[in-house]
Amino acid sequence: MALLEVNNLHAYYGNIHALKGISLQVEEGEIVSLIGGNGAGKTTTLRSISGLIPPKPGAITLGGEDLSNHKAHELVSRGVAMVPEGRGVFAKLTVLENLEMGAFHRTDKDGIIADLNSVYELFPRLAERKKQLAGTMSGGEQQMLAMGRAMMSRPTLLLLDEPSMGLAPVLVEAIFDTITEINKNGTTVLLVEQNAHMALQVAHRGYVLQTGTIVLSDSAKELQRNPMVQKAYLGIE
Amino acid sequence: MSQRFKDIDYIGVFLWVFRAIIIVLVIYGTVSKLFLGVGNEYTIETWIDFFVSGLSQGSLYALIALGYTMVYGILFMINFAHGEFFMSGAMTSTVLVATFLSASGFLDAQPLVSMLLITAVSIITSISVALLTERIAYRPLRRAPRLVPLITAIGASFFWQYFFRGLFGSALIPFPVPESLQGRWTIFGLEFLRTRVVVMGTTVIALVFLYLFIQRTKTGKAIRAVAEDKDVAALMGINVDRTISITFAIGAAMAGIAGVLWGLVFRQVHFYMGFVPGIKAFTAAVFGGIGSIPGAALGGLLLGVIEAVGPPLFLEGLGIVGAHQLKDVIAFTMLVLVLIFRPQGLIGEKLAEKKA
Repeated sequence: MALLEVNNLHAYYGNIHALKGISLQVEEGEIVSLIGGNGAGKTTTLRSISGLIPPKPGAITLGGEDLSNHKAHELVSRGVAMVPEGRGVFAKLTVLENLEMGAFHRTDKDGIIADLNSVYELFPRLAERKKQLAGTMSGGEQQMLAMGRAMMSRPTLLLLDEPSMGLAPVLVEAIFDTITEINKNGTTVLLVEQNAHMALQVAHRGYVLQTGTIVLSDSAKELQRNPMVQKAYLGIE
Repeated sequence: MSQRFKDIDYIGVFLWVFRAIIIVLVIYGTVSKLFLGVGNEYTIETWIDFFVSGLSQGSLYALIALGYTMVYGILFMINFAHGEFFMSGAMTSTVLVATFLSASGFLDAQPLVSMLLITAVSIITSISVALLTERIAYRPLRRAPRLVPLITAIGASFFWQYFFRGLFGSALIPFPVPESLQGRWTIFGLEFLRTRVVVMGTTVIALVFLYLFIQRTKTGKAIRAVAEDKDVAALMGINVDRTISITFAIGAAMAGIAGVLWGLVFRQVHFYMGFVPGIKAFTAAVFGGIGSIPGAALGGLLLGVIEAVGPPLFLEGLGIVGAHQLKDVIAFTMLVLVLIFRPQGLIGEKLAEKKA
């Protein structure tokens, strides 16, 4: 059985039927990319899995445990961490305080310190800026902080929403390298991206989402070769 | 030249003139009072007394204003029932504890223990009332348009006023002040009313505790995180509803402390006592910059001082008789001026789009 199983998930924003019964699986240790255009339902999928939007209806299980009836704050201790779209760092908190918030549900002080050090190792820039207010940092640094903060909860499943958004190309490369590294250290990653090119390069498998339904799913390599994906998302005629 | 005149915006000119008139009046009043001797019968000691009584009154405003500003900071809602949290603590502790302690003589025998006991009951009552109000009246409206919880808050305010009127009656109830807190203390060769010293001292302690709590503790950091972004806070594993309840509870605890101090200063409590202090504290919070905790403290102190020093200083200088009765006019004129000229308050920040 897969680590994350989403079955026939529906979601609504008011009267808008944003997800029309999508199903997807993420195996332990994988990086899975969810690609699609604006309004396809990528963010909605992540927000449903992380508990911010109640599924109506739909089943979401993580490691066999049903997640669909839990609120967002109860899912963190069950191993789900999410880096929201636009990074969502707490601008008026310091870098260190932001990271502490990531470990909010944990009580193992030694473990928290150990994880803090490994986050600093992953992003040395954050160590330099510990005491700085998060809102005063650049977009790339904020993205690092948001990812480091998510890692502070020691997640089994990391959800990343548009990690490359608004970043310079060189930073995009760095962020995707880090995603690969986080994955190699044992965290399963579900990634949502408009930058399909980068997303399919790091991912093992991918799903293509169009107006609330999954239209295609395959290994990342096959998707890169698929003419429809090439035309619509990779800009190759 | 003609181009320049075209750019003039008439509202801007009107506001500029308005501001100039207020400033001229204040300066003219002050100068004529202090230097031209228009009935300047006050000694330097009297001025210090005005100032200190202003500080002590301002401390009370500051304590109450914290509740407004913290709830606004986290929910962007003006909790107009906050004055009732203050009243509920003051009334309940007076009727159930202070009166009894005074009658038994324990109040004068053990003033410190008694005051702590009275304050504890006041805080517990205020917190209970606040948590009930939040849970029953505000939480179901979390996603409603902003006007809805505002109106609900006004309704809740009336509810609690008449609830406590029904419970304890509509008479003025005397608040017993321990003998050891009556009269004056001499500090640095100046005499101060003991109750005022207690009010200011307690406020400073409460403010320091609150500051450390918000800055240093995990819960304090969670409050700041929720104030910034509720969804992301939830993604961190922070229970947003619980954090909002804690915020209400802290604001109410400050109001409960203020309730007892108010009793010490004014020596009576009443079911309607929350209304005017509530509005004044709201003014103080807006003055300092609503949403900002240091702003509420500063706004409260300044409002108290301006209310106390303003009438004898520039109102009497303008030849106004019975100027002290006009202190409310000063407070609310200040509210209007702040809203017109500096809506973000003294040290508040301009509201971001999503909050506005």
